[in-house]
Amino acid sequence: MSWQFQGNMPIYSQLVEYLRQRIASGYYAPGQRLPTVREIAVEAGVNPNTVQRAMAELEREGLVYSQRTAGRFVTEDPDRVKTESTLLARQQIDAFLRSMALLGYSRAQVLAIMQQEEEEHPNGGNL
Amino acid sequence: MAEIFECVNLSKSYGSRQALAALNFSIPRGRIVGLLGPNGSGKTTLLKLANGLLTPTQGQVLIDGHAPGIRSKRLVSYLPERSALPQDMNARQLLRYYGEFFPDFDEQRARQMLQNLGIEEKLGIKQMSKGTREKVQLILTMSRDASLYLLDEPIGGVDPATREYILRTIIGNYNPDAAVIISTHLIADVEQILDEVLFLRQGQLVLQADAEQIRETKGMSVDALFREEFKCLGN
Repeated sequence: MSWQFQGNMPIYSQLVEYLRQRIASGYYAPGQRLPTVREIAVEAGVNPNTVQRAMAELEREGLVYSQRTAGRFVTEDPDRVKTESTLLARQQIDAFLRSMALLGYSRAQVLAIMQQEEEEHPNGGNL
Repeated sequence: MAEIFECVNLSKSYGSRQALAALNFSIPRGRIVGLLGPNGSGKTTLLKLANGLLTPTQGQVLIDGHAPGIRSKRLVSYLPERSALPQDMNARQLLRYYGEFFPDFDEQRARQMLQNLGIEEKLGIKQMSKGTREKVQLILTMSRDASLYLLDEPIGGVDPATREYILRTIIGNYNPDAAVIISTHLIADVEQILDEVLFLRQGQLVLQADAEQIRETKGMSVDALFREEFKCLGN
């Protein structure tokens, strides 16, 4: 996953979303030590203070915690990660259903399309 | 502790032309600041004043509370607008030369960066392309453990991939107690790494603002704000 930022929105909130995604998906596993602020800043090509601010937000949300000298870690609580992942999935599905509704598709129609898609291309063969 | 960089009523005139008009601002440690303005807005003049290469017509520029001088040379790592590398050296000799000049120069770090950019240590300055010379100059500048980095158009003449490497180099190498001032008109390329921006127009400071705050409150990028600012008023 590469880092792409919209110029017209705060970068810190976009960083929070990227990092949240990485934690929810297990890219950063529960209990794993996170790269340093500097390392993330270099990787993402953004200001270290912005990364710091994003980390503080994730700490407030309980997704990461810091240990004075050892650095920052992903929460060790798998349920916390699971909740986050469910929430993100929920948001994606809601957004998708809203777009489909705008195109005039009912939920039942969407489900039917999904069903057909799975039969024709099991496991997302065309993706 | 004094701010690492401060302008107090700073003015500079070249004959009858005023290049900088009564600038007042300061920059604390730990910040990466964009000095942004169209050509001829006074960016280079300001950085030269900070280096003691020019003297103010009025007011003063202070580095860690002191006027530019021998003391400030130890604190400031400067990337000039035009390359000023000795032509008869190769990269390796240049590193040694820099190391003798500046006690805070980290030769190991410089070597690593040369390697990352695929620049041979035996390559003579004269044989280097313009872009390579700019890279070498930036490597030398960023390999010092300075308190203040003054970078005059560090990304002007290089390709986009190198531009990205250079910006990452800046983020990766400055010490969090140091400040970095980057002058440029290529705002879209640098804005992600900036804490703060200064807009200069015809020698006057028209805006000093937090970059994230601009995006947050105006819903626009620093680049977009800059274009708007400098369009409405016809520079």
